[in-house]
Amino acid sequence: MKLLNLIIWAVCIATAQFSFAQFENLQLGTVTGNIESTYQFYRPDSNINAQVPPEKGAMNSFANVNYRNSFFKAGVRFESYLPVLLGYPQRFQGSGIGYRYAGFSGKNLEVTVGNFYDQFGSGMVFRSFEERALGLDNAMDGVHLKYRPYKGIELTGLVGKQRFEFDSKLVNGPGIVRGVNGEVDFRSLFPKLDSIGLQISAGGSFVSKFQRDQNTLLILPENVAAYSGRAKIGYKDFYISGEYVVKENDPSDNNGYIYKNGHGILLNAGYSRKGFGVLLQAKSIDNMSFRSDRGATLTDLQINFLPALTKTHTYNLAATLYPYATIPTGEIAYQADIMYTIPKGTKIGGKYGTKINVNFSTAYDVNRRSILYDSLLRGYTATPFGMSDSLFFRDFNIEISRKFNKKLLVNLVYYNQAFNASANIVAQTLGYIYTNIAVVDVTYKLSKKHSLRGELQGLWTKQDKGDWATLVLEYTISPHWTFGIIDQWNYGNDVSAQRVHYLLGSVSYINGSTRFMLNVGKQRAGIFCVGGICRQVPASNGFTFSFTHSF
Amino acid sequence: MKSLNLLTFFLFLSIVTFAQEKLPNVVLKDIDGNAVNLSEIKNDGKPYVINFWATWCAPCKRELNTISDLYEDWQKETGVKIYAISIDDQRTVDKVKPYVSAQGWEYEVLLDTNGDLKRALGVNNVPFTFLVDGKGNIVWKHNNYNPGDENELFEKIKKLAE
Repeated sequence: MKLLNLIIWAVCIATAQFSFAQFENLQLGTVTGNIESTYQFYRPDSNINAQVPPEKGAMNSFANVNYRNSFFKAGVRFESYLPVLLGYPQRFQGSGIGYRYAGFSGKNLEVTVGNFYDQFGSGMVFRSFEERALGLDNAMDGVHLKYRPYKGIELTGLVGKQRFEFDSKLVNGPGIVRGVNGEVDFRSLFPKLDSIGLQISAGGSFVSKFQRDQNTLLILPENVAAYSGRAKIGYKDFYISGEYVVKENDPSDNNGYIYKNGHGILLNAGYSRKGFGVLLQAKSIDNMSFRSDRGATLTDLQINFLPALTKTHTYNLAATLYPYATIPTGEIAYQADIMYTIPKGTKIGGKYGTKINVNFSTAYDVNRRSILYDSLLRGYTATPFGMSDSLFFRDFNIEISRKFNKKLLVNLVYYNQAFNASANIVAQTLGYIYTNIAVVDVTYKLSKKHSLRGELQGLWTKQDKGDWATLVLEYTISPHWTFGIIDQWNYGNDVSAQRVHYLLGSVSYINGSTRFMLNVGKQRAGIFCVGGICRQVPASNGFTFSFTHSF
Repeated sequence: MKSLNLLTFFLFLSIVTFAQEKLPNVVLKDIDGNAVNLSEIKNDGKPYVINFWATWCAPCKRELNTISDLYEDWQKETGVKIYAISIDDQRTVDKVKPYVSAQGWEYEVLLDTNGDLKRALGVNNVPFTFLVDGKGNIVWKHNNYNPGDENELFEKIKKLAE
């Protein structure tokens, strides 16, 4: 007890001296974080194939607490799955600490011990990140060091294991991931470049994983290396950038245990000035599944991230029925995105201008040539950007948005898509699904605080479950209340019993950084996406209550 | 004695917790590739706004497009500056610059591709708005956007600018 008293007094005196010393700038550190809790109650509904866990209800909760002052940082995340919500990785269970770190954070040097997230280049060689709404978290657990020795130069080094699951505590995968990365911004080193409108930057990474070989049939590489180089050159309103990644032979469940090297290439070209922007992208990926456990599948223990070159749609029929995800074993993809604002005050542009976005994207399978005498188990050969005629995905869409006056905003979108359901298994059928989708979204401001928003969406297809219509009505009272109704109707289903209305009502209350939300009704089975990463969610009927608070 | 100790302890703890929250020492790139340290942002003693958004987030774009039409008036009246922090990841981050240019936004746009600032400030979903006073203290937070919320934000900005 005496010891405790001593500590308390010591802390107080130290605190006091510290505060008096910096009376003007009282920086004893700050605590930030957030709390999030979602409870879902499930009711049986055989018509939509709704599942009910034995507990009938499920709850996911998270609390992040971060402390930092001018040089020190530390934080934890408490997680609780009692039990885990349907649609999340079902191996998450119990309550405990799923993420914790401490470290030094100076102006030029950052050191983190414990869990951390980072990304090298485009992420094709290394990316650890969390997408909580999807139950996705491949946080590293080890040591992370970032050093900026000179303005424009950044060096990173890291070693760690990857988060795999949560069983009342953090559980890491078996492999070890090690990496170094360097980035140079030549404009910061040579300010003269800036004055002539030139921007040049470059970077390179080396990442390696280690996993013991316990295979009795094959001799597997225990250390697998991957490296990447990247550069960006900009001149005034133009820029081009690119990254090239090579992964050495890495036999795994994903590639059928072949000893072939993998590659990834990403090229971007862009032009933008006020009122106009264009982006062209090309990607070639072959055998790039890179995990810290060669037996892992789905989204488990991924070391790298392979971005899909498609527009991330926001309207639900376009976003959640047939969304495209990168095929890590190989694909060739292209995308063009053009954004233009017809200037305000012109005859066509109207008082506030009219915004137009045209987007086209497509992805094909890799052209794989078989090897006649494949004694080295290479599997096949492929060349960068050598594509087959097997289409994975094609999407053409055009979005027009116009503010007519201070009260009325209208958004129109049309999509034409071809989706290969044999490559991305998300539907009940295989083969191609061809869809036409149209959306009308109207926001009308009734008064300074009250507004009404309506969405009418239609999806037309002869394949899979046939035609869909969606109606959304949202009444908002700023700044606290939102009342919404969404009805998704599968009116074109071949089976008349499955022409179901998925009706969902919601109320949410927001006060500052606190939000309460209640949803009641049916949710269809589908793909739930955040920022372009998706997970499958089973159909459900019941209610969901969620609470989030940020501090 | 013990209770006195505890009382003293909590008294000091209260000083700690009442220390104003500032922006963290996090370095982000702007859309032209320049590194910006959030803890070093200054707006000549005038307030500024940190707004988290993404190119795939419809309410975020609605909010920033609405404010964009008012921004010139806001700046003239209060000198406020808006930092639009994109949380787009690698899949969509290359669209941020052409999108911002096409919309004609005059905001300072920073890229939080790795989510460092988002985590450091405890942001759980977008849109999320922080209002920072001229001394760098975070004085107000707001999650989500409903049409009309911009009026509440501007009222708070005006109070700070007085």
